[in-house]
Amino acid sequence: MIVEIIILSVLMLAALWTVMTRSILRSAIGLAFVSVMLTYIMFRLSSPIAAVFELSVCTGLISVVFISTITLTFPLSKEEVLQHMKERLSRFWYLPLILILVGLAFSLAQVKLNLTLPPPEVEQDVRNVLWKLRPFDLAGQVIMLLTGVYGVLILFRQVRKK
Amino acid sequence: MLSLFIILPLLSLMVINLLPKELMKKIGTLMSLILPLAQMLVVVFIFLGILDIRPGPADHFFKFNLAIDNISLVMLFSIAIVILVTLLVERHLIPDADERFNFLNLVLITFTGMNGIVLVQDLFSLYVFLEITTVATFILISFHKKRDALEGAFKYIILSALATVGILSSIALIFLISGDTSFAVVHQALQNSRHAFLIDFALAIFLGSLFIKGGLVPFHGWLADAYSSAGRAISILLAGIVTKTLGVYTLIRLVSSVFGFDTEVKGVLMFIGALSIIIGAFAALGQHDFKRLLAYSSISQVGYIILSLGCGTPLGIAAAVFHLFNHAIFKSLLFVNSAALELQTGTRHMDKMGGLAQKMPITGVTSLLASLSTAGMPPLSGFWSKLLIVMALWFSGHFAYAIIAVLASVLTLGYMLSLQNRVFFGKLRPELENVKEASFGLLFPMIILAGIIVGVGALFPFILNSLIFPIIIK
Amino acid sequence: MTDPLALFWITCVFVIMLMIAGLYCIFVTYNLIRVLIGLELLIKAVTLLLVVAGYANNHLARSQAFVITLIVMEVIFIAVAAGIVIGLYYHNQSLDVRKLRNLKG
Repeated sequence: MIVEIIILSVLMLAALWTVMTRSILRSAIGLAFVSVMLTYIMFRLSSPIAAVFELSVCTGLISVVFISTITLTFPLSKEEVLQHMKERLSRFWYLPLILILVGLAFSLAQVKLNLTLPPPEVEQDVRNVLWKLRPFDLAGQVIMLLTGVYGVLILFRQVRKK
Repeated sequence: MLSLFIILPLLSLMVINLLPKELMKKIGTLMSLILPLAQMLVVVFIFLGILDIRPGPADHFFKFNLAIDNISLVMLFSIAIVILVTLLVERHLIPDADERFNFLNLVLITFTGMNGIVLVQDLFSLYVFLEITTVATFILISFHKKRDALEGAFKYIILSALATVGILSSIALIFLISGDTSFAVVHQALQNSRHAFLIDFALAIFLGSLFIKGGLVPFHGWLADAYSSAGRAISILLAGIVTKTLGVYTLIRLVSSVFGFDTEVKGVLMFIGALSIIIGAFAALGQHDFKRLLAYSSISQVGYIILSLGCGTPLGIAAAVFHLFNHAIFKSLLFVNSAALELQTGTRHMDKMGGLAQKMPITGVTSLLASLSTAGMPPLSGFWSKLLIVMALWFSGHFAYAIIAVLASVLTLGYMLSLQNRVFFGKLRPELENVKEASFGLLFPMIILAGIIVGVGALFPFILNSLIFPIIIK
Repeated sequence: MTDPLALFWITCVFVIMLMIAGLYCIFVTYNLIRVLIGLELLIKAVTLLLVVAGYANNHLARSQAFVITLIVMEVIFIAVAAGIVIGLYYHNQSLDVRKLRNLKG
């Protein structure tokens, strides 16, 4: 349990850095780091297959999407950056304070969850669950991929024309 | 049988893309018209009991967890009608053949997604199909990549992503106590651990997220922007059916068959419904843009649906579903009208129009019919659903809400007549001297939809017997 | 082995904090890409919640299946949103949220 709390805290710090850092590129990298930490905690919580997905898709692919978006859009000029920095600091320094307060409040609160958990599942194989019990989700994934194809086709093509 | 509602649109999507592209640009739309027509026929046949819905070979191959009842039948029918209208007017509103082809593909994806939402019996799969439809809708709104459209799409993305996150966290919390996400299991599990703090919280988030998706009042900010900035063909689809399926149908389905009608749930639904009715109507009164007025009127009408659902009685649910159907019809008709007007006059600003009834008689008459139906004028279809809503409220003892519903109906009449007055009546402005009636391709869907409005109104006793009583008795 | 529900609650606290960070990122920033990053943080929080719920009630196979589907959905969503952000950039020549004031809710 201690190990999990430490990993979660590191994850939280990475998230904080993602939100607070000045450079947007660093912010994207911070997001990838959050994702890596999430992978590790998923592995600790005995979900290795989902963890692999998280690592390859979220850490890899989404960072690629973000970084290419950042490179496609030009950065601000020097003066704008300076102005931006001053503004940012005044707007963002509340965040760690809020987070610490919320974290303390919730962890000190004596919460009785009062839940009845379901009986443990018979089927313990992810492949069987996906292919035999949830084929509709798989169909949904296929349709979503098609949607993505058209999205990229439509949204990115015109940009190139310009 | 049921899995075909998902598989066939998907298959036709693939066929259209695999056949030679030049040919498909010409006849793809024509071919796809078969799909909604077939869906309408199949729904009618299932309804009349000619076609049975036992699992066929397709269902044994694709083991989808689907089910159908009268509410889903009405929904499937409305979806088919609005898709049909969109495909019919597409040729006239999107001149470019390439764009039209992409549009067709996205409409088919939206069609599949909405059919999935209507038939699904599992919370997580519901999320999957909500997400498909929403993402397809983002692409459709930003389709022409006008600046306003992109802006509207971006607002929609933010709010709808917040709603998605809410839905998912609530699914995760419910999954903790149920161990599965199919509707039946979740319903059982919710019965077992009622009023655990975490579960009440999860239900509250779920309802709030659906309010965002349906554009109800505290969360309606995105709706008017998205509707008014979307392209002409797209706003018909979006306003007619998409937001209603995403937000309102899911709300009806989940509250009536999964969450159950608690006193708190009923209270929240009725309050939000009444608030949406009033604020939507007042906001509509102050609009000058044709499409924005329709968007706010949409918020107000969705308010009626939610208010009626909040009664929790079978009559209330039936009235809600019936009004949902009517709303799909008259709102798509009004948006087709607005597309025709914009195409012919080049503006959406109502103060720049006037006296167009003599120049565009068919557009004028059909939009008058739709407006009166929205306002609940007898004997048009909208009157009957509003009557049922007021009756449901009255019989379940919510007299104050019933009075609000009746009074707001007067407001609806007010803004709808003001629209008619500003656009179609009065003196013809000199710069509109050369305006012509829209082409037949646009008039044809208008006439069909107006025919449905009048027909449903006239045949109401039959519909009451065959459609609404079965929902009530079940 | 610790009590799974205790671990669930502690993770819940972190999920809430992560969500606050994401929401803060969305509503306080003026940069469109940062808004997307905030959304991504929110989705990460939800992923964590799903995993820990599956761990707590010992339905790991199902929760992993959910997470896999969720990740596919998320990637497409972010790609489409990024496309719209790039489109907006080409119109406004800027990523500033404050320039999106053409339409008034």
